[in-house]
This record gives sequence, C-alpha cells and structure tokens, in this order.
Amino acid sequence: MARPPKSSPIRVLIAKPGLDGHDRGAKVVARALRDAGMEVIYAGLRQTPEEIVRAALEEDVDLIGLSILSGAHMALFPKVLALLKREKAGNIPVFAGGIIPDEDARRLKKAGIRAIFGPGTTLEEIVTTAQKLARGAA
Amino acid sequence: MTRATPVPPAARAILSGDRRALARVISQVENRDPAVAPISRALYPRTGHTPIVGITGPLGVGKSSLINLLVARLRELDRSVAVVAVDPSSPFTGGSVLGDRIRFERRADDAGVFFRSMASRGEAGGVAAATREVARLMDAAGFDVVLVETVGSGQVDIAIRDIATTSVVVLVPHLGDEVQTLKAGLFEIADVFCVNKADLPGADLARKDLSELVGLGAARSGWSPLVVSTSTTQPSGVDQLWSAVEAHERFLDTSGQRAVEERRRLSAEIVDLVRERVGRELSQRLDHDADLRGLLDRVVARKIDPRAAAEQLQRGNALPA
Repeated sequence: MARPPKSSPIRVLIAKPGLDGHDRGAKVVARALRDAGMEVIYAGLRQTPEEIVRAALEEDVDLIGLSILSGAHMALFPKVLALLKREKAGNIPVFAGGIIPDEDARRLKKAGIRAIFGPGTTLEEIVTTAQKLARGAA
Repeated sequence: MTRATPVPPAARAILSGDRRALARVISQVENRDPAVAPISRALYPRTGHTPIVGITGPLGVGKSSLINLLVARLRELDRSVAVVAVDPSSPFTGGSVLGDRIRFERRADDAGVFFRSMASRGEAGGVAAATREVARLMDAAGFDVVLVETVGSGQVDIAIRDIATTSVVVLVPHLGDEVQTLKAGLFEIADVFCVNKADLPGADLARKDLSELVGLGAARSGWSPLVVSTSTTQPSGVDQLWSAVEAHERFLDTSGQRAVEERRRLSAEIVDLVRERVGRELSQRLDHDADLRGLLDRVVARKIDPRAAAEQLQRGNALPA
C-alpha cells in the first residue's frame, strides 16, 4: 500500500535474532534512525524469525533492520526472508548489521538482504541507506 | 431514507479477522489518510461493545510489564486481546523509539493477540490523536478486550479518560506523600488504582494512602475506585487487577453509567474532530490567505489584540465550515 508522501514518518523494526545479548549496536542504530525522524519499533533481544515477521506485519513497517553478533546469521536471516515471502510481505526491505564475514555477506545479499553493515560503518551511511530502502529508491 | 453504501473491502477484511488489513488501516488512520473515512463509517455500527481498558501512570511504573502479564491472564481466560501502546514522538525530529514490545512475550502463532506500537506524533495528554480510532478498529476486528497503554503520564495527562471504558492508574511506592493523592488530575480519573512493584518496601503504605483517598471522596457517579497491588518481577496480583477491571465493567452495565460515559466520550470526540479540522485549516489560511494575513499583520503590529481578531473571524464567518 503506497503511503502518502512527506507527512508519514518511516516505520522501521529493529530486532535482534539469535541468542547473543549484545544490543548496544542495535540501540545506537535505533537512536540514529529516531533522530532522522523515523518511528523505530525496538523489539529487543532474542527474537525468533517468527516473532520478527509477526511484529513487522502487526506494526506495518516499511523496513526491517536485523542485528546479530552470535554468528547464526546464515541460519536466521534467510529464515526471516522466507517467512516474509510466505506471508506475501517479501516487498518489505531487510537490512542487517553485525559481525558478518564478507563471503557470508555476499551470499546473504544474493538471498535478498538489501544492505549489510559491518563494524566501522558510519551512522550517516546507515541512515541514508535506510531512508532509500524505505522509500523504494535503493 | 438511508442509502445502502457498499462496504469497502478493507472494512470487510477487518470484520473477517484479517490482521494484515487491520495493521494497514491503523497506519492509514495514523497518517490521516482520507481513504479511511468510508472504512470507519462502515465499521462504526459494529463497535461499542468491547471493554477498552486504559493503562496509565508515570514513566517507569511498569505499565508495559503489567500489560504483558494481563495479556497472559486474558489468554488463560480464553479472551482475545489487542494492545495499542503509545510512546512519545520527538518534538524536534518527529522521530520516536517505540519500546513497549520489548516486554511483550507471547507465542508467535497466537492469533488471539495483536500488539501495535504507536508514536504520539505531537499530541499531548498521553495518547496520540489516532489512538481512539485505532482502539475502535480493534473493537471492530472482534477482539474481546482492547488494552491502551499511554505515554508515561504527568499529573494532567488524562486524555485516556476520553477513550477507555475503564481507566487503570498504575503507581509505585514512594511517589510522594499522601497529599499527592489529593491533587487534581491523574488521581481523579482512576476507576482502578494499581500499586505495582508491590514487592518493594513502602508498597503497603502507598496502598493504604490510596485506600484512604478513595474513602475520603464521595464516590464518582456511584463508583469507588478499587485499589489492587501487583508485582511483575515475582508475578502476583494480576488476577485481582483483572477482576477489578471486570467489576468496574459490570458496574457500568448495572448502574446505567455505560451509556452516560459513552455519550460523554463521543461528545468529546466530535468536539476534538471539529477543533482539529477547524484549527488546521485556519492556521493554514492565516499563513496563506491574503485577507487573513492582513488581519494577522494588524495583530502583530499591536493594532488589535488576538481576542478581537478571533471575534472578528467568527463574526465575519471567516472560520472554515
């Protein structure tokens, strides 16, 4: 469903799949997206792919950001994408951040993760990319 | 004579339990999409029978955690439940971090629960402009109970009273002495007081103060607010909290107050809608309309005062219809 431009803020879900408890990165990104005028639904730690997809649909988000440091990204990210597709919500762009080796990043992008941010990425870059993804321009 | 208008597909989908449709129409309501009007119109006759329970209280008293336990309790009772949780928007950027979902645990496949976070988008009073209509959509969608969590409230954030059929004011020990409970505002709107974090020292005193407050006042329209204690860390009291809410809902039916309160709420809603629309159009015209800009110029130049300008607008029928 097309959103009326301008007046409606971008809604983005930030979630941490997997079992690691390191949510500082996710919180910093949530804060930066908030400061860019977005409505950030912060789902917190240890979310299963099912919970993430359900939250995305209930909250009717424009965008999903996943943060992971546990190393389970190759199992969990494709699961999120598959569930979104099953719910006919494959059009919601998904981006990711965390410790993700280059080779994995290439494969995940091929699988449909739209952007992957490693350590050292500037917040500005994340915000700009998120805006483009949400507006369907990236 | 009434003309049968076709029911919009989105309204039909909501009535049939389609949660995606509900989620999308909620966004449209939040965005003030004009396409919502026929949907609201079609759904309105199907609403008004669901308890809408407001959970309000200051920042950090445990509203989200309580709602999590209340939802679990309601599911035990086999009641379906929708939650709308409001958090503040930044007055500077319009952005928001909506964090109420963090406390929310449930089975990912439980279709009897629906949770929506909402930013206040510039509205004061503890809820967003769209909250009332969103609660009504959830009612139309067939949930047995709707829970509305307000922004952490200050002493005069009582807008929930124009939405909820039962208002629960959540407090914690050591918020202040008993004189605080005599003050006007938040303490006056409670149908149920909930002393949360009852495991902390001072909880008994807080409960006692509130009970005395309730005993002092002439009961409002025949209802004396109930006082319950809860803890969310060592879960206790949640059954009693729900029983207190149900007792108030029963009172509304047996006393005839439900109709009285409903009428008051709907009157407030109509006034709000007119005020919002007239205010928005008028402020646009004061910026753009040549005549009205002239009027504003004269106020700025101290030639006439704001009150005189307002009267002139009303007399000259310059207010938008």
